[in-house]
Amino acid sequence: MEYFLELLLGGLTRGSIYALIALGYTMVYGIIELINFAHGEIYMIGAFTALIIASVLTFHGFTGFSVLILASVVAVIYSAAYGYTVEKIAYKPLRQAPRLSPLISAIGMSIFLQNYVLIAQTSDFLPFPNLIPELPFLEEYSHIMGPAQLLIVITTAVVTIILTLFIKFTKTGKAMRATAQDRNMAMLMGVNVNKIISNTFIIGSALAAIGGVLIASHIGRINFYIGFIAGIKAFTAAVLGGIGSIPGAVLGGLVLGWTESFATGYVSSDYEDVFAFLLLVLILIFRPAGLLGRSAIQKV
Amino acid sequence: MLELKNVETYYGNIKALKGISLFVGDGEIITLIGANGAGKSTTLMTICGITPARIGDILFEKKSIRSLEPNRIVSLGISQVPEGRRIFPLLTVAENLDMGAFLRNDRAEIQKDLDYVFTLFPILKKRIHQQGGTLSGGEQQMLAISRALMSKPRLLLLDEPSLGLAPLAVQQIFQMIQKINSENKTTILLVEQNAFMALKVAHRGYVMENGTITLEGPAVDLLKDERIKRAYLGL
Ligand SMILES: Nc1ncnc2c1ncn2[C@@H]1O[C@H](COP(=O)(O)OP(=O)(O)O)[C@@H](O)[C@H]1O
Ligand SMILES: [Mg+2]
Repeated sequence: MEYFLELLLGGLTRGSIYALIALGYTMVYGIIELINFAHGEIYMIGAFTALIIASVLTFHGFTGFSVLILASVVAVIYSAAYGYTVEKIAYKPLRQAPRLSPLISAIGMSIFLQNYVLIAQTSDFLPFPNLIPELPFLEEYSHIMGPAQLLIVITTAVVTIILTLFIKFTKTGKAMRATAQDRNMAMLMGVNVNKIISNTFIIGSALAAIGGVLIASHIGRINFYIGFIAGIKAFTAAVLGGIGSIPGAVLGGLVLGWTESFATGYVSSDYEDVFAFLLLVLILIFRPAGLLGRSAIQKV
Repeated sequence: MLELKNVETYYGNIKALKGISLFVGDGEIITLIGANGAGKSTTLMTICGITPARIGDILFEKKSIRSLEPNRIVSLGISQVPEGRRIFPLLTVAENLDMGAFLRNDRAEIQKDLDYVFTLFPILKKRIHQQGGTLSGGEQQMLAISRALMSKPRLLLLDEPSLGLAPLAVQQIFQMIQKINSENKTTILLVEQNAFMALKVAHRGYVMENGTITLEGPAVDLLKDERIKRAYLGL
């Protein structure tokens, strides 16, 4: 029972990170129907930014929570700027082009950003400081849930709720939904669609950066390649949940996290990816639009 | 109020508008009639900047709007009810109407206009929390017109508002068009295939064929024109 609980909470942590990244995939897809392959790299850049800031701050004598907060804030801003710029450089000029073109541009951007970080930093794993302080009340349960895990789950929950309220109730949120449903009609309402698309990239990138800082701090090391793996997993989560759907991204992330966690725990860690992708294939066969996705017909 | 001068619009290499000139005066109802594929919808989309004109000029209140972004054109007071209504299907009726007022910040005035569209189309108030996609065709048309009115336009462009509606609903829509024009002094450019009804409510009309304007004049004259009777009125 204890072991089950450990796997359950481990899967929840993992799934929360997938969810944070999957939100960016799904929002961008919802608005411009593009799989933003560079999204995983934005997450990786968030982790690297946090590492640099945390090192500088620690060197100057800062400690604990203040380092985490400051490093996260800078990482979020920096990643958001990257996401914004990637869209402007690599996708916006191709908006009228055939659908394959921006997709190839996205893959190119992903490879470019990986190599850019590889050259600017190193190919080795770098140790990432543990920025998350110990919580005394958790000590008793430390074998099933550490403070990092708790923070990851809480942060994901809070961010998801804020995002949902934003999309539902703010003017920009409504304009985002309208743009996703009928871009030209949104333009006829006076929506500046370029701005909406930029906002979508900024929000998605900020969420990925939060995920990047949290997971790096939890696992304790990063390299230029972490975005690729996490990106593929999160993309899988987004498709699982129904790409374009925000609750779908969260559900997909959690389902994937649990699948991997239980597969590792009860079978073998060698089968983690096998089960993850088996699940994806099964869902695509029996529910092609994903768990919470709408079929193409319903969307129009 | 609105003037198109020799406007040409292309889809890729295909010339859809081959030099359109037309004029809409303050407070008028002008109708643009013509067969399917003549270029009527393209004309409206060109005015709104969605398919920009490649050649020619478009003046709104004497200033060129030809190279403005669609959102700028809306902000000047031009609003369109496009062909097929294009309600946001997953937004509620209330949210669709909010989108109509997207560029406005005058809350009190917005509320007044909301009350006004509910007096025009009381059924919308009953449907307020329903998703747009669940409304009937007639209700969607009412919502599309209301949504356009929520921007408080000075020029309202309507693209085949009667298409696919039951005869009774068609009557009602045309009545509302006249009402909106007379009560608010909203200028209206009405695209229709239902030439008879359109010419009944319009002051003047233009006839479009194959991307050009072939005939124009006061609506009463066009109703009597032999060519129009034969081609569009089925007489
Ligand atoms: N998106 C488009 N791409 C290519 N051609 C188009 C497009 N929309 C319309 N057309 C063509 O432009 C011409 C005018 O179409 P349209 O303005 O829709 O006519 P109408 O509204 O009078 O029926 C038609 O020949 C049509 O096939
Ligand atoms: Mg048309």
